[in-house]
Amino acid sequence: MTAEPTTSDQTQTSKLLGMFSDWSSDQRSFKSASWGKAMMWIFLVSDTFVFSCFLISYMTVRMSTTVEWPHPSEIFALDIGGKKIPLILIAIMTFDLITSSGTMAMAVNFAYARERRKAALLMLATAFFGAAFVGMQAFEWSKLIHEGVRPWGNPFGAAQFGSSFFMITGFHGFHVSVGVIFLLLIARAVWRGDYDTAKRGFFTARKGRYEIVEIMGLYWHFVDLVWVFIFAFFYLW
Amino acid sequence: MTATTDNTTHGPAHIAAAARPAAQAHGQQHPIKLYLLVWALLFVLSACSYLVDYFDFQGLLRWFLIVVFMLLKAGLIVAVFMHMAWERLALVVAILLPPLAVLVLMAMMAWEGDYTNYLRHFFFMAHS
Repeated sequence: MTAEPTTSDQTQTSKLLGMFSDWSSDQRSFKSASWGKAMMWIFLVSDTFVFSCFLISYMTVRMSTTVEWPHPSEIFALDIGGKKIPLILIAIMTFDLITSSGTMAMAVNFAYARERRKAALLMLATAFFGAAFVGMQAFEWSKLIHEGVRPWGNPFGAAQFGSSFFMITGFHGFHVSVGVIFLLLIARAVWRGDYDTAKRGFFTARKGRYEIVEIMGLYWHFVDLVWVFIFAFFYLW
Repeated sequence: MTATTDNTTHGPAHIAAAARPAAQAHGQQHPIKLYLLVWALLFVLSACSYLVDYFDFQGLLRWFLIVVFMLLKAGLIVAVFMHMAWERLALVVAILLPPLAVLVLMAMMAWEGDYTNYLRHFFFMAHS
């Protein structure tokens, strides 16, 4: 037996023991996470269930209808230079959101390094990409509404397409919009150095810490994560 | 900080060592290079899932590829961007296990949807 697997076995065991110890310690269970981070995670789990319910109800209506489901590939195609490219707008939106996730991850890094100007600028970039995403979604909605897609019917096929589309992308777009607003608020506080001077926040009157950037990042990456599932199940399936 | 470490000193030393919280003074800081790598990987994976549609793969192959690319992307985002890879197992388990219950609802609703489809065919389509 070589030394390599033994050590990895040992770390696995001690990780497991650590978990039991954390949960049975009669005090805080999440020892590496502050209350703020733990609460954001728990909120995100509840939000996961909300989006899961939307996607599962979409699956149910799509499976149960006897009318053919409209082809997302054709509906979301755009004419570029006289050529019809399938699903191109959704692909651009996907790349846009991934880029915003990348800038957000780097903003967290710079915030912990106390490089507040860089962190604030990266958060502004994230907010910009988020706003661009919402803008493209608004374009997509108006295009579909113009073509006659309604929550109760559409000219392409099964009536349930419209209700699923507006419900799922609308709820996701709302999440992105809220994220953009909070990104701008926190970017402003970071830029001013509120977390260096321990200035009290306007809402809770607590002193903020740079950890808020990481917590904001958790929310933002979650919005990107939900889009991964919507992209796969609604647009590609 | 001291209050949280005191209680973990009972019991066998290796358990206490495993339960000791990692230093969190510096928060989650990881090399920018890693983030750029994950960013690039997410781009490639998204391009791959877009190509599934572009080349119009159909049937089982399409579903398989879509789900594989989706899970890889989701895993990268959660593990690296959301720092799950560096969190303690207690948090990882508390956050990632409960959403699996959704699979039960999914299975039940797939069964239900299939049955509704059958009924609609049987009662509404058969005589037309």
